[in-house]
Amino acid sequence: MKTRVFVTLKNGVLDPQGKAIHHAIESLGFSGVHDVRAGRLIEIEHEPGLSTSDLETMCSKLLANMVIENFEIEQAA
Amino acid sequence: MRAAVIQFPGSNCDRDMAVAIRQIMGAETSLVWHREISLPDNLDLIAIPGGFSYGDYLRSGAMAARSPVMQAVVAAAHRGVPVLGVCNGFQILTEAGLLPGALMRNSGIRFVCRTVRLTVENSQSIFTSQYDSGESIAIPVAHHDGNYFADAETLDRIEGEGRIAFRYAEPVNGSSRDIAGILNDSGNVLGMMPHPERMIEDVHGGSDGRRLFEGLIRQIA
Repeated sequence: MKTRVFVTLKNGVLDPQGKAIHHAIESLGFSGVHDVRAGRLIEIEHEPGLSTSDLETMCSKLLANMVIENFEIEQAA
Repeated sequence: MRAAVIQFPGSNCDRDMAVAIRQIMGAETSLVWHREISLPDNLDLIAIPGGFSYGDYLRSGAMAARSPVMQAVVAAAHRGVPVLGVCNGFQILTEAGLLPGALMRNSGIRFVCRTVRLTVENSQSIFTSQYDSGESIAIPVAHHDGNYFADAETLDRIEGEGRIAFRYAEPVNGSSRDIAGILNDSGNVLGMMPHPERMIEDVHGGSDGRRLFEGLIRQIA
């Protein structure tokens, strides 16, 4: 079984990497992009019995830094 | 006097830190590998050195903060043992929850490697007693993730409690309130991005880092 964890910066936390990516997109000639924020996708292969609360604990204890980041858990097919 | 310098895979300032502690403080200094589950007895100082522990995988300091030895470091810090984290050491201490906030990518994206001016904000701590409050000192930085972040409430609290030890006196990395180093609430844990151990004799271009270690001798002895 596979779960995807999306780690994103909290609102209000500046994202210099996203800003640099935004500049790079513009320098490729694309217009109309207002903002870019970069995050991280982590794919976890696991036993079907692994509980959501265990996954959440993994996220809050390690995969995301709750001072600056949020996480979302998505069960993949 | 006894000190330990923790080594992680990817630490690269561990020996410089051990040299500074041995030469300036005269402390018997052990290098402790991250897989250890206990620390030497009766330590007077624990130093978490700079480097790129675990290749900065996931986030700078994130993996090191969960390595076995850190449980012993956290327990020692709670007992009041002085803990100094420099650069990656500062990142590890925030990731381990011993210091508030987080160190994010420098606002200018670039790795910054140069000597910068700092202002000593708090000269009352065990780490800064040999500096004057408001004094300007020169200490090198070398980091990619030194942009200190905490929410406004946390920043107000640490500022109000005098827990900002050093501030940058020039633009460096976009840190909130120019924070270069902070103390924990009981004052026995200091995390700082600049490297005092790289500025301890004139051949280094200055010796402003020396007094941090000299101050510790007086406070510990």
